[in-house]
Amino acid sequence: MIIDHDVVVLGAGLAGMRAALEAARAGADAAIVTKVHPIRSHSSAAQGGINAAIGETDSWESHAFDTVKGSDYLADQDAVEVMCQEAPRDIIEFEHMGVVFYRGPDGKLGTRAFGGASQARTYFVGDITGQALLVTLYDQILKAGVKVYEEWYATALHMEDGACRGLVALEMVTGELHLLRSKAVIVGAGGLGRLYEPSTNALICTGDGYALAYRAGAPLMDMEMVQYHPTTLAGSGFLMTEAARGEGAYLLNSLGERFMKRYAPNKMELAARDVTSRAEATEIAEGRGIDGNVLLDLRHLGPDVILRKLPQIHEMALDYLSIDMIKDPVPVRPGMHYQMGGIKTDVDGATAVPGLYAAGEVACVSVHGGNRLGANSLLDTIVFGRRSGKVAAEYGKNTPASSGGEVLLRSEQERLRELLSRPYTGETNAGLRLELATMMDKLVGLYRDEAGLQEALDKLQGFKKRYQTIAVGDKGRVFNQALTFSLELGYLLDCGETIIRSAIVRTESRGAHTRTDFPERNDVEWLKHILLTCRGEEEPELSYLPVTITRWKPEVRTY
Amino acid sequence: MQFTIEVGRYSPEGTYAESAVPGTPFPAPWDRSPARRYQTYTVDLPEHAVVLDALIAIREYQDQSLAVRCACRSAICGSCAMWINGHSHLACKSKLSAFTKDGKTRVESPPSMPIIRDLVCDMKPFWDKHLAVKPWLQNKQPVPPPNEEYRVSNASMEELIQEVSCISCGACLMDCESFAVNPDFLGPQALAQAYRYAGDPRDAETKERLAEYSKPGGIWDCTHCYECVTQCPKGVAPLDQILKLRKMAVDAGFTNNAGTRHADAFAESVRESGRLNELTLMPKSVGFFNIVEQIKTLPSAFNLIRAGKLPPLIHKKIPGVNRIKTIFERVGGRFK
Repeated sequence: MIIDHDVVVLGAGLAGMRAALEAARAGADAAIVTKVHPIRSHSSAAQGGINAAIGETDSWESHAFDTVKGSDYLADQDAVEVMCQEAPRDIIEFEHMGVVFYRGPDGKLGTRAFGGASQARTYFVGDITGQALLVTLYDQILKAGVKVYEEWYATALHMEDGACRGLVALEMVTGELHLLRSKAVIVGAGGLGRLYEPSTNALICTGDGYALAYRAGAPLMDMEMVQYHPTTLAGSGFLMTEAARGEGAYLLNSLGERFMKRYAPNKMELAARDVTSRAEATEIAEGRGIDGNVLLDLRHLGPDVILRKLPQIHEMALDYLSIDMIKDPVPVRPGMHYQMGGIKTDVDGATAVPGLYAAGEVACVSVHGGNRLGANSLLDTIVFGRRSGKVAAEYGKNTPASSGGEVLLRSEQERLRELLSRPYTGETNAGLRLELATMMDKLVGLYRDEAGLQEALDKLQGFKKRYQTIAVGDKGRVFNQALTFSLELGYLLDCGETIIRSAIVRTESRGAHTRTDFPERNDVEWLKHILLTCRGEEEPELSYLPVTITRWKPEVRTY
Repeated sequence: MQFTIEVGRYSPEGTYAESAVPGTPFPAPWDRSPARRYQTYTVDLPEHAVVLDALIAIREYQDQSLAVRCACRSAICGSCAMWINGHSHLACKSKLSAFTKDGKTRVESPPSMPIIRDLVCDMKPFWDKHLAVKPWLQNKQPVPPPNEEYRVSNASMEELIQEVSCISCGACLMDCESFAVNPDFLGPQALAQAYRYAGDPRDAETKERLAEYSKPGGIWDCTHCYECVTQCPKGVAPLDQILKLRKMAVDAGFTNNAGTRHADAFAESVRESGRLNELTLMPKSVGFFNIVEQIKTLPSAFNLIRAGKLPPLIHKKIPGVNRIKTIFERVGGRFK
């Protein structure tokens, strides 16, 4: 089937749906393509809140400075300024849509403290802020009547004369491939957490958007910047929101010390995430951990705060570790959480490819630089989702409709047929995925060095070869998840390669990227972004962009 | 630890492994559900593993043809509601050890929903109902300027967090007794969301909502079986929200419906006689002068007579009925 729309949005999390809503408001015929129902999107797992400088004592400049400092000065300051200036209106708009934000005694929006912030400016709904925003936005999509192609799985972007004009997607329920043609495509397809094991991310976070855009010629930027969250649950690796520490929880080592006093004497547990995660890793490495974990202690907060403001993590610790955090501290450790890098865009979501836009975690504007502050990711999705939706719709107005694409549709059909017909070799995609993800965590994780990264690159090349031969273990048409899993592993391998290659190039330590062989930040040589552009089977092309500095000169970063 | 999982398989293409044996969902009867087969797997997992861990292990390493929706693995995304030992649960929140019965755990797509493949059901009925309650804020005017929020109390927002906590997994609808016999019933999730907006102080259309929700298929079609409250993995307690809507609707004057008349007739009978007069309950609920609907109830009446279930023709008061009346007066409100 061939379907035409003005704007096609890939992904139905906060960024994707916000973009689609704005494109529809701007008069475009917008449609969403998503591999899961919008409500299942991983935005719902964002717990703690969303940042904005709304209060009278706060200023967008202060929010912007905290963000820039948090980024270890790698964020582009013009983009950060846009985000922080527009944050209040975007959050208020969601309040008007119906989000049940926490209120202060005066009936106005109330805040909680968060890491790396000089004052409390995180707006929240209990510890289900992402879910509350997502549900409300989905209901707005229903109200606006935006067409959603649910459980449609994107396999390739449709390119015409160097511009992006739609995509090919697999309808899971029928097993049919369709061509969706459009004047513009917005990628809001979320993160790539499955590249790491363990990770806080859902099983659906498989880097689809990065790889599709990369293969279509859009450069990926800052890919070496992978965030490890300081508090992920022992064992399962599920997220224990930073809001716990925002509400006053302690981090303790095996001696019962609040060890953060040695690493961030001023901000203590509310230092930036990269700083806190490294501190935990150091404690564990020096023998002051407990079975490879440290403790998150909420007991002094009391049952009222825990049950009213943090009910979800209370339930999770109970469900998956049988620990009641009202009575006992919870073992946590740093775990892969977020990709700061992504498809290089400007402040309107435009990529280097005409007609292709990106927003949310998959994009790199760059507002997070080397390290994202907690509660800035939800903000990123709604500010840049909105902006990209508007600009993509406008772009579409001056763009003729696409008429081609049948060739791509046929070649994609052929590609999937080949995949399904491969003979079984004894190797499974799941096995390879686990090998890849374990390797990434070990060699391309919190600490990196030249030898390890080279080893990782060699291994990855080997994985890519093996991937070419692995059979799909299900031959059915309807809801063939073995097939989509195979496609996802292909996306992950591309993402992994760009992360490793960027990490090898950046011979300094900045933000989340810590090179034990280059432990210092080096502003003289490395105050710049690393970009990789796909060149088919050849090595990707490496290029650089200077960091945009508007008003905050890099300083020594302490908390 | 070894766990044995019996998985209900269904393929619209009719392809099954040889080891999959025909069977029917338990407990029966579920005539609407297409025939399925049951395939048994053994998995080795830690003692604290959940059902989803087993399904993922099967899908990844034993049988890639097993279809199952899942994403977050931690009861946030709502993907993996399914029948486990005959009731709807989130697979990611159900410990295998707690759900092992007679040495195995039985997992299948809920027979109350249309099936797509294996453990993947068609959620269309669920989302249609969600859409039907107009789940969006109809903003109270004037909307504050773009830099200002509505001023409302924190208590009024926290009151709604219970319904906002809904992850739309569908577990409530899958086990809803009323939905099982009446596909038009809006169901627990949609009505909980209906309350989420009707109860929002920023919503302008509370009255219109209550009028809509009072129609057949709405708040009065719930039979109070409490399955939704029991099965909800997030404590949304949909029935509690339905009861709140009923009170709001009656208070707002939407009483010309079978549901309100039923409640009134029930209360009146108990107040006046101390017991339920089943003979007059049905006619009073339908409306004494609603001849067409009265005639429609006749087959049920004949069935009751045939089954020997006809209530006594002469309805007697219980001794000391005045004390019952006192209780009603003490409680006050509509039924005193």
